[in-house]
Amino acid sequence: MWRYVVRRLIQIVPVFIGTTLLIYTLVFALPGDPVRALAGDKPLPASVLNALHARYNLDDPFIVQYGKYLGNLLTGNFGETFTGQSVGSLMADRWTVTAQLAATAWVFEMIVGIGFGVLAGLRRGRLGDTAVLGVTTLLISVPTFVVGYTAQLFFGLNLGWFPTAGTDEGWPVSYLLPGIVLGSFGLAYVARLTRTSLAENLRADYVRTATAKGMSRLRVIVRHTLRNSLIPVVTYLGVDLGNLMAGSIVTEGIFNLPGIGQQVFQSIQLKEGPVVVGITTFLVLIYLLANLIVDILYGFLDPRIRYE
Amino acid sequence: MTETDVRTGDDLPGADPEAPLLEVRDLHVEFRSRTSPPVHAVNGLSYSVGRGETLAILGESGSGKSVSAQAVLGLLATPPARITGGEIRYRGLDLLGRKDRWLRKIRGRRVAMIFQDALTALNPVVGVADQIAEMYRVHERTGRREARARAIELMERVRIPAAARRADDYPHQFSGGMRQRVMIAMALALRPDVLIADEPTTALDVTVQAQIMKLLAESQAELDTALILITHDLGVVADVADRIVVMYAGSVMEQAPVIDLYARPAHPYTEGLLAAVPRVDRTTTGRLTPITGAPPNLAAIPSGCPFHPRCPRARDRCATERPELRAVGNGRLSACHYAEEVLAGEEAAGD
Amino acid sequence: MSSGPHTETAEAAATATAGGAVGGRRASLWGDAWLELRRRPVFWLAAVMLAFMVLLACVPSLFTSLGPNRGCVLAHSKDGTGPGHPFGFDTQGCDLWSQVIHGARPTILIGLAVTVGSLVISIIFGTLAGYYGGLLDALIARVTDIFFGLPFVLGATVILVAFPDHGVGAMCLVLVVLGWTTMTRIMRSQVISVKTMDYVRAARALGAGDLRIMFRHILPNAIAPVFVVSMLNVGQVIAYEATLDYLGVGLQYPTVSWGLQLNVAQDYFTDFPHLLVFPAVFLSVTVLSFIMLGDVLRDALDPRLR
Repeated sequence: MWRYVVRRLIQIVPVFIGTTLLIYTLVFALPGDPVRALAGDKPLPASVLNALHARYNLDDPFIVQYGKYLGNLLTGNFGETFTGQSVGSLMADRWTVTAQLAATAWVFEMIVGIGFGVLAGLRRGRLGDTAVLGVTTLLISVPTFVVGYTAQLFFGLNLGWFPTAGTDEGWPVSYLLPGIVLGSFGLAYVARLTRTSLAENLRADYVRTATAKGMSRLRVIVRHTLRNSLIPVVTYLGVDLGNLMAGSIVTEGIFNLPGIGQQVFQSIQLKEGPVVVGITTFLVLIYLLANLIVDILYGFLDPRIRYE
Repeated sequence: MTETDVRTGDDLPGADPEAPLLEVRDLHVEFRSRTSPPVHAVNGLSYSVGRGETLAILGESGSGKSVSAQAVLGLLATPPARITGGEIRYRGLDLLGRKDRWLRKIRGRRVAMIFQDALTALNPVVGVADQIAEMYRVHERTGRREARARAIELMERVRIPAAARRADDYPHQFSGGMRQRVMIAMALALRPDVLIADEPTTALDVTVQAQIMKLLAESQAELDTALILITHDLGVVADVADRIVVMYAGSVMEQAPVIDLYARPAHPYTEGLLAAVPRVDRTTTGRLTPITGAPPNLAAIPSGCPFHPRCPRARDRCATERPELRAVGNGRLSACHYAEEVLAGEEAAGD
Repeated sequence: MSSGPHTETAEAAATATAGGAVGGRRASLWGDAWLELRRRPVFWLAAVMLAFMVLLACVPSLFTSLGPNRGCVLAHSKDGTGPGHPFGFDTQGCDLWSQVIHGARPTILIGLAVTVGSLVISIIFGTLAGYYGGLLDALIARVTDIFFGLPFVLGATVILVAFPDHGVGAMCLVLVVLGWTTMTRIMRSQVISVKTMDYVRAARALGAGDLRIMFRHILPNAIAPVFVVSMLNVGQVIAYEATLDYLGVGLQYPTVSWGLQLNVAQDYFTDFPHLLVFPAVFLSVTVLSFIMLGDVLRDALDPRLR
């Protein structure tokens, strides 16, 4: 088992390097001098330009830039904005907002998604199944921002059940509607995955054996199939946590939540390279971590995988 | 007089102590699919077994033998399967059309079943001892520790080495033969009256086959269980069975005590099967004689005798008139118009 | 008389669905799938919706006499439904019906082009990785992981902000670069599972070369799930593209797209919901029809689900 864990850990390193290199390349190797862009139309005196260039290592060969960046990363330094503020502190302020949003969405999609999925899986081919399938198909098809605006208009403005924007009411109230909107896509996915997995497992040979052993239908479903069925669902949920944080850009925009999604979007528009890279690196780290945890969890849940 | 089951301590009202343990009468099972005509998997199967007897149901793939076995315990998914006729009785009590709750009194406890592929038939994420112990915990409400102890004891009885150490291992960590032993242990845990073994050795090596069959025979002797052995392997049957039912295309072709069947078949199909098996003691050299043709499409079973397109003895009557399963002496049944000829050992017309 | 172990019930059901093994027609996976598809109302519903959208994309002139961004009168800005203008007007005073119709083309074009591109890449990489295994596989797997770890919207936004051109071609490129990973993974795992089948071994024993085995034997058998996913993928690509347009980093004026229309609508929709509703409905219906088709195709291709 431990060999498996170690192997996964080792695999993460090249991926991390690769992804951060990719981001770095995208942001900095693009045409245009970021410092000059920062200054806008005002011409900067050469001395200031040079100083700034030196400060941000912009004159070094690209690989050296990246190397220094990676070095900083390992000491927890996510870089500085062009105005001197630490990217790390910028994120810290906004991080809790995004975390709460993502957590709300995650819990929502887990509970409701699995619930729907079990319902549909047990009633395969009948009304409950078709209904769930229909609703989830709809949720997958309608883009998040459409869902967001519709929900905001309908539940927020017209019905007044939820606040329409901002974080005034704190957690959970302010985060309920955005959380539901953000989680709606994942909800649909989880429900379908659960449904398919459960339906498949219900037809497995070992279910027939359990029935032949005289086990009640309830016991067969709960004790034997549920655990097997939830394995792929758990893996998806684990990975989705990372996705949710990255995908919050749109939702934070619609509901005006000051999270890192909103921040990174603004920074992209303003071509604030360090911020973009910093935040993206952070999100990638979380994503890789989530993947790792999921893989390890999978090893616990499915004993067959431990011996590969 | 209600039959009290001494072993599990509760009554099964209405059970008839005089009736055979398991009796199947004229069973018909069909499979319906939306895109094709119905498949007639079982067409009129009848047999009965009593205490300590071994009945073998012999047939090729597609002959309906597994389907009939699953019908006994109500394991067929209906749809697409449908039981369209016949009776299945345990000690005189009808098993068909019973609710799941009632059937649970029978399943595992009085009639147990073991399946062909132990790897897929066992839950892959639960340890083997737990799977065996489940029988005690659910049916007899035994506590965890005691149930586990009994499970390990059972594993030792079926000769799984280092049982205590391997109790929490998963099915995929065992060899095929060991897995099958686990299944047998599970099936025999509650000392059932009837054990149905659906191709228990098909997936195993020959030497392991012999061991498993031996285990089954010993267990049967010890518990005085009725054993229904479902197989396509003539060799396995010869050793173990008392009586044999030969099935083809869902129908019974012949039924006879084992020695009589091997010595002198009463149906051309059985004749063909025996002739196709390579035997050490035969003096005639030359090629094996297979049965020509292939098994029929169960959605379009030939008219008359289902075997007639492949039968060397077939005559006009065979294509139009379906032979009845009739007595041909000595407790034997045969579904052939010309069973007497076969019995007498006369050469087939077209040989 | 001994064939491989399999349960009788499966055998019986398989015989029924395969139409018989003796003297009967040999059923093919795709042939059976078509038979199954024909009977499902969902299939026809999705097909009709999709056909309608494709028609809009190909021949918009059938539905509107105006060109994109033509005939706009600022005075009518944001007006509601009126005679001859079933959807009302957009913020520029253009006929919304016409604009929505024209929005179909870039959207569907991008969706299809990106999916085809991703499919080609995934076939090549997935087959190579799955077939050859070893170092090549590890390399491709790591590269896939790297791209997988990059948050999609972020990555796309970063690239697009720096790109001078936001035309349909640029969008396609960006979406392919960021989206090829999903199908490649599936293709690879499919190839790996097909590779071990006996008929592949038989082909090799008969002297078939690598390329021939890959394309004649492995590919046709591995492709079904990938095909299903690619159909679902079109819907997803369309949704992503719309999101990027909505964020302002995708297609730009004068290109007409539903995402752009939604971008514009977000500031006014509380008072003028028609600006949001019509493009949203068309967009959703398009994505919906692709996904429904993908779903029903997957069910039809899976013999176990009957």
